[in-house]
Amino acid sequence: MRFVDEFRDADKARALAAKIAALCAPGREYQLMEVCGGHTHTIYKHGLEDYLPEAITLVHGPGCPVCVIPMGRVDDAMHLASRPEVIMTSFGDMMRVPGSQGSFFDARAAGTDIRMVYSPLDSLKIARQNPDRHVVFMAIGFETTAPSTAMTMLRARAEGLPNFSVFGNHVTIIPAIKAILDSPDLRLDGFIGPGHVSTVIGCRPYEFIARDYGKPVVVAGFEPLDILQSIYMLMVQLSQGRSEVENQYSRVVPWDGNPVALKAIGETMELRPYFEWRGLGFISHSALRVRESFASMDAERLFAVPGVRVADPKACQCGEVLKGVLKPWECKVFGTACTPETPIGTCMVSPEGACAAYYNYGRMNRNRVAEATSSASVVRS
Amino acid sequence: MCLGIPGEVVELHPEHSDLAKVNVSGVKRLINIALLADDPPKPGEWVLIHVGFALSKIDEAEAAAAMEFLEGIGQAYEDEIAALRGSLIE
Repeated sequence: MRFVDEFRDADKARALAAKIAALCAPGREYQLMEVCGGHTHTIYKHGLEDYLPEAITLVHGPGCPVCVIPMGRVDDAMHLASRPEVIMTSFGDMMRVPGSQGSFFDARAAGTDIRMVYSPLDSLKIARQNPDRHVVFMAIGFETTAPSTAMTMLRARAEGLPNFSVFGNHVTIIPAIKAILDSPDLRLDGFIGPGHVSTVIGCRPYEFIARDYGKPVVVAGFEPLDILQSIYMLMVQLSQGRSEVENQYSRVVPWDGNPVALKAIGETMELRPYFEWRGLGFISHSALRVRESFASMDAERLFAVPGVRVADPKACQCGEVLKGVLKPWECKVFGTACTPETPIGTCMVSPEGACAAYYNYGRMNRNRVAEATSSASVVRS
Repeated sequence: MCLGIPGEVVELHPEHSDLAKVNVSGVKRLINIALLADDPPKPGEWVLIHVGFALSKIDEAEAAAAMEFLEGIGQAYEDEIAALRGSLIE
């Protein structure tokens, strides 16, 4: 596949890994955070950590927009879906996210009209086809997806579609990164910056990280070589004592982002004063809601939702995994009570969640490495 | 899952300027290109597709530059290994 295969070459990966290793100062350890869930996924799927020297640890950040939705919001969505006149439409990765009364998937099995869509435009089509019902689109995602929701709302307005609304749960990446930077639990040396969010917001929003916190940021693509090259670029900066924002994903990410997309978001949405993030608590100005001028398309205004805060299950340690404080396998219920088939928390449900990625790809590797190490020590004795 | 994937623009919709047909690994679908209204893609150009919308164009020159860097690394590595193989250090 073009623009994909070239960025997966194993020889080039080894070459990059050697250059990265050469830049590690003796005795020094490096902690680099990849913010984006898609990056976590690639890292585990291609075993990229195996290419890196021991001195470098990759810390997985909260860039999984499904994972950070608190249970109370899922309950609110389920409440909307259970209204007989409503057809709830949602991306596939929301389907198994557990609320306090089960997931969309469970509700659908029990007869609730919840439909998976690939695009918010598909929700419009369902609304046109069902004029006697009201279609709600469960809008999730970071700034990557918000423009698509916005364009869909503008389209609905242009068509005068009366039976469509949005349940807005878009979150913004910069406040989350700032919360991580201000967190006392973590010591990070640099950031592998989000790839597709940056096509919308550009690279400028990350400048405060380099300028005010002294940490380099490299905006990275999603193929294995993209991530390795970004780590290489971070290590070059660190070895030279620089902290700047660089763009490794320049074939896709424009430095200034996408002004058309930003304008569409601005026309239809505005920042909420605060929003609750699973694991990170309340963060101010970190999420979007529908603007008053589009009130007729705001599901929260059209319908009352319970708005109850629901605490995570006691066993769930998603919060610490999302902050990068715990690795997936360090969670007490990982792989036992909490699996992709029986998820307790969102990190295991979403394909971008660190736990799901590790469960599906990373475990085998780690077992192999552990077995190899223990058998080697047996041989030595 | 809402991944962003590269696709080639095959043709623009004759009636709706917002829509274009793309080819993604052999699968042909209509997507919305309104987010690229400032610089709409032409057939033959590549775009990044996400939940039915083109988010960005894939800049071939930048892609080529990225590959050149990576090729340079690969070649330098191979040269190094070849040199090491030929060394006579005792």
